Amino acid sequence: MTIATPTAADTAIPKAPNPYLEFCRQQPLGAISFFIIVVMMFAGIFSPWVAPYDPLAIDFAGILAAPSWEHWCGTDAFGRDICSRLIYGSRTALVIGFTSSFVGSTVGAILGIASAYFGGKIDDWIQRFVDILLAFPLIVLALVVVAAVRKFVVGGVDVNLIIAIAVPIIPRVARVVRAAALSVRVMPYVDAARAAGYSHSRIIFRHMAPNVVAPYLIMLTAFIAQAILAEASLSFLGLGVTEPTAAWGLMLSGNAADFYREAPWMILFPGAMISLAVFAFNLFGDSLRDYLDPRFKV
Amino acid sequence: MLRYTINRVLLMIPTLLGVAVLVFFMLRVVPGDIVEVKLRGDGGNVTQEVIDSERKRLGLDRPLLTQFGEWMVNMAKGDFGISMWTERPVMEEIMLRLELSLQVALMATFIAVLLAVPMGTLAALFRDTWIDYLVRILTIGGLSIPSFWFGMLLMLSLLAFFNWLPPITFTPIYVDPWENFKQLIWPAMAVGYRYCSVVARMIRSSLLEVLNEDYIRTARAKGVYEKLVISRHALRNALLPAITVIGLEFTFLIGGLVVTEQVFNLNGIGQLFVQSVSRNDFMLIQGMVMLIAGFYVFVNLIIDLLYAVFDPRIRYDT
Repeated sequence: MTIATPTAADTAIPKAPNPYLEFCRQQPLGAISFFIIVVMMFAGIFSPWVAPYDPLAIDFAGILAAPSWEHWCGTDAFGRDICSRLIYGSRTALVIGFTSSFVGSTVGAILGIASAYFGGKIDDWIQRFVDILLAFPLIVLALVVVAAVRKFVVGGVDVNLIIAIAVPIIPRVARVVRAAALSVRVMPYVDAARAAGYSHSRIIFRHMAPNVVAPYLIMLTAFIAQAILAEASLSFLGLGVTEPTAAWGLMLSGNAADFYREAPWMILFPGAMISLAVFAFNLFGDSLRDYLDPRFKV
Repeated sequence: MLRYTINRVLLMIPTLLGVAVLVFFMLRVVPGDIVEVKLRGDGGNVTQEVIDSERKRLGLDRPLLTQFGEWMVNMAKGDFGISMWTERPVMEEIMLRLELSLQVALMATFIAVLLAVPMGTLAALFRDTWIDYLVRILTIGGLSIPSFWFGMLLMLSLLAFFNWLPPITFTPIYVDPWENFKQLIWPAMAVGYRYCSVVARMIRSSLLEVLNEDYIRTARAKGVYEKLVISRHALRNALLPAITVIGLEFTFLIGGLVVTEQVFNLNGIGQLFVQSVSRNDFMLIQGMVMLIAGFYVFVNLIIDLLYAVFDPRIRYDT
């Protein structure tokens, strides 16, 4: 005998509307922010075709040129086209933002579920570990990890940076997911799975994890915003992505500050891009939370 | 209450011990230390012998557990060790810069709380009107705009409108308070914007929650003036969760300062931290991490005690 697994159609109201359209209707701001994210992803994936210039092409004849039809956002101190560097920069920001938030949230979620599932001593130890990591602001912990892990680049991606940003995300997600998993833990189907003699990992991954997907997704999106901000900050401090890679935070550091007077566009546009990206992911995360989990709604 | 306090203080010890273990071993698990940065950083060709002798001088060649034990024993005596780069006591390096960062942090807190309380309250009272939308846009901006970029924009506008740039040297408050204020108000605003947003959002949501409570309806039904209902009944209860956020975000200001001090070229704790990270100055990093964690744990203690004072349920539960 096969037991039919309840699908979305069973639990939803009759004639369930398309969930995507429903999201757009209920959360117009969320839809707008999602649109911004899609545009950024498009620019990041297809940067070589979208960008008008080579982001690394140095042109000493045209340094510090003001925004014009030729260079929409002007050029920097090396004559590089800022608009093209912004487009390539979205690639850096999204790759590091996505991966570090994904790694951090996933490890955090697994820790959180394991903590709730096993309880007792294991729960105590994991929670103590989480408490310790929570004693630091995100950027401070990321800096400590930067100091500990050597610079390590694979295929143009700074792996050490991803680790540094993922570590501070782990405890924050673990705490939230544990709270959600605690309520799943007492569900009869978990007891049933245990009675059926399933292994711990099977119960954690097959029975509990699918039921804490909502908080996991919400945290994942929200932390992409934090991760992009952290990457920009670290690169700005000279401890993240290094020249000549195009990265928004890096574009604000170094000689950008020396040209306040002559070339304000050098700091206006990259900062605006960071803010826009963080804003879009923050807003999307908020809307997703309201949509997926109306209990949180105030 | 005394029992609760003692319990709470004792709970701080394992956390701080955990922080010490974690940071000490994390820094040393991966090979690479200050000696390499110092001697080979510029691509200089230095023989292994010189490196070994420098390691020996700094005590980095000894077993990890010995180093850790010594560090812990010294810390218990109040000695945080010697910076491996400047060779001056860690405490001295920190104390030199603490005043400046603390002043910026306090100014930022003052600005943030002063603005956040009316903003959050108005947004909650006039929910879904243009006031609410304005506050929400302003606060989501505060969460999205990086504080260092906001600082740059402040500098840029000061330059454009007043042709004024912050001076290069720092003037302490006891030398010239006005000069000092002019210098630090901008970094304080830069880090305070985010702080203000977080607190305002918290006040808005907790006030909305409280306004739905039965005792508010009771107060209104008794015929209490709406003003008194808001100030005496609602706001007083809504501020309790806000206190937590104010306290926690205060300890997290160091995160904003790390980057913002760089923009305004302030020689504070944040800049010291960045320097020690880029130089792999383990002793200094450890010292500062312990300081930040200690501060966080302390503020948490104060918050918990405040809660216990305000809310008797917490006292008796434990």
